[in-house]
Amino acid sequence: MPVAIRFGSMRAVVCLKRVPKTDTRIRIRSDGRGIDTEGVQYAIGPYDEIAIEEALRQKEKAGAGEVVVVCLGPGDARTQLRDALAMGADRAVLLVDESGDRDALSTGAALAEAVRALEPDLVLFGKQAVDDDGGLVPAAVCESLGIPCIGVVTKLELKDRQATAHRQIEGGHEVWQAPLPLGITCQKGLNEPRYASLPNIMKAKKKPLEEKPAPQAECRVETLSLSLPPPRPKGKIVGKGAAAASDLARLLHEEAKIL
Amino acid sequence: MGADVLVFAEQRDGAFKRSAFEAVAAGAVLARRLGGSTIALVAGKGICGPSAALAGYGADRILAAEHPLLERYSTDGYVAVLAAQAKALSPAVIVMAATAMGKDLCAALAARLKAPCAPDCTALEIEGGSVVATRPVYAGKAVARVKLVGAPAIATTRPNVFTAPAPDASRAVKVETVPVEIPKGALRASVTEIHRTSAKPDLTEAAIVVSGGRGQKGPENFPVIEKLAAALGGVVGASRAVVDAGWRPHSDQVGQTGKVVSPQLYVACGISGAIQHLAGMGTSRVIVAINSDENAPIFQVATYGIVGDLFEVVPRLAEEVRKLA
Repeated sequence: MPVAIRFGSMRAVVCLKRVPKTDTRIRIRSDGRGIDTEGVQYAIGPYDEIAIEEALRQKEKAGAGEVVVVCLGPGDARTQLRDALAMGADRAVLLVDESGDRDALSTGAALAEAVRALEPDLVLFGKQAVDDDGGLVPAAVCESLGIPCIGVVTKLELKDRQATAHRQIEGGHEVWQAPLPLGITCQKGLNEPRYASLPNIMKAKKKPLEEKPAPQAECRVETLSLSLPPPRPKGKIVGKGAAAASDLARLLHEEAKIL
Repeated sequence: MGADVLVFAEQRDGAFKRSAFEAVAAGAVLARRLGGSTIALVAGKGICGPSAALAGYGADRILAAEHPLLERYSTDGYVAVLAAQAKALSPAVIVMAATAMGKDLCAALAARLKAPCAPDCTALEIEGGSVVATRPVYAGKAVARVKLVGAPAIATTRPNVFTAPAPDASRAVKVETVPVEIPKGALRASVTEIHRTSAKPDLTEAAIVVSGGRGQKGPENFPVIEKLAAALGGVVGASRAVVDAGWRPHSDQVGQTGKVVSPQLYVACGISGAIQHLAGMGTSRVIVAINSDENAPIFQVATYGIVGDLFEVVPRLAEEVRKLA
């Protein structure tokens, strides 16, 4: 990937996904291979929102630049791209795919093609989409672009085209360093995403949103079935108040064999 | 394509976590189904000695990739090692644990090898020669079965779900060192420091989790939870409400936008049980709920419930647990 040297300017691309809101009660479609989307409300993935916020902050810190949001999804994902524009992104690209039958590699390849043309300094992602919980797409995009990627980032500092990032691991964090251009996947704690103000919501309606068909792709991760998790066996109320604590300890010991 | 299963066994500072043994054991089950061998791969520095232990969990061959630049994890360094071994060995399947490292590595490896990947699986089978993976989606609100088409198929195993058997001491395998080539400048992104904030296991790997919610009323009251966790030998988690309120760090959050946990015992104290929280702990083996509201949704998933003031119940429970210990 050509390294465009731009001082005092930050061109950031954020890849986002349209996902069911996290309070959605999941129902299974009649063919047993997907969710029943009737009545489901969608939003930008919560980690993707953190990625948008970080892109905006890095651009603001640099003093100049551009934040472009890119989404691969159905035409209805326009709504989520407008939401991102209302947060402050400058323009949006929607790769339209109504089928939904894609694996991470084909999604990554399609996004990479769109992102490459934007010559970003920074490519940001949520650490995972909260629908398929895969977390594979960022690496697929960055591999296609030939740039390094730091995952699950909770702190990011850029200086002289060098990034220092905190990556969350079990029981602590690692400090990573890498040059730009760079991919980052964003974790809760990195920032608090802003709410869109009313004037910005109005402005967002006039910002450019380019739509084009997503390239065709083969899918090598085939969903055989989707089901609800088995219901938990019915439990019991041991009792009321502190007096029940000894009964509970005994049940954990004798019945559940935990203590 | 071969019939072998290549398992990446994660170590830090020469120590394997239980999730690495679980991955080796899960890989060995697949290898038996495929009629191939289980090949464990360890990357790091000074790892040959500790790696011999993997034989007891089912490894038929143990490969050690030793290099000073592999002492600390880096995506670039570890992917280079795994991709080279995948090329040399042509395994049917590559398995690793879905830890912070494993999640990062499997994504990069799948991208490098252009291989189908199923992350964070709770079951793995072979059907008609292909890997079929069961994996929770929507943070556990649904379960998908996916078929990985082509080889190598990559899968990661959710910690605490697959069984690591008691090690078979009669199995002994000689650790083979494999050549490692990491050209200068190949590690584009690298770790300069590691900060440990807790010596306890991570929420995702803990056998016992004790979580506090809004019922805690304030951050100053979390010692109540911490004392029960200490008595049980568990770690402390939290609901989204208390994390958003700033009472606990983000790394403690259990639920759809936090960590998905599957411990042997999950104790929810003063947590009402929002759908996002239930999704994140619903596969725990035993769930205990302590809540003053008898209509709280958490009681619908609880194995055992106590209706009452957590400030009275939790200290008493800690006392009772200590008596049994």
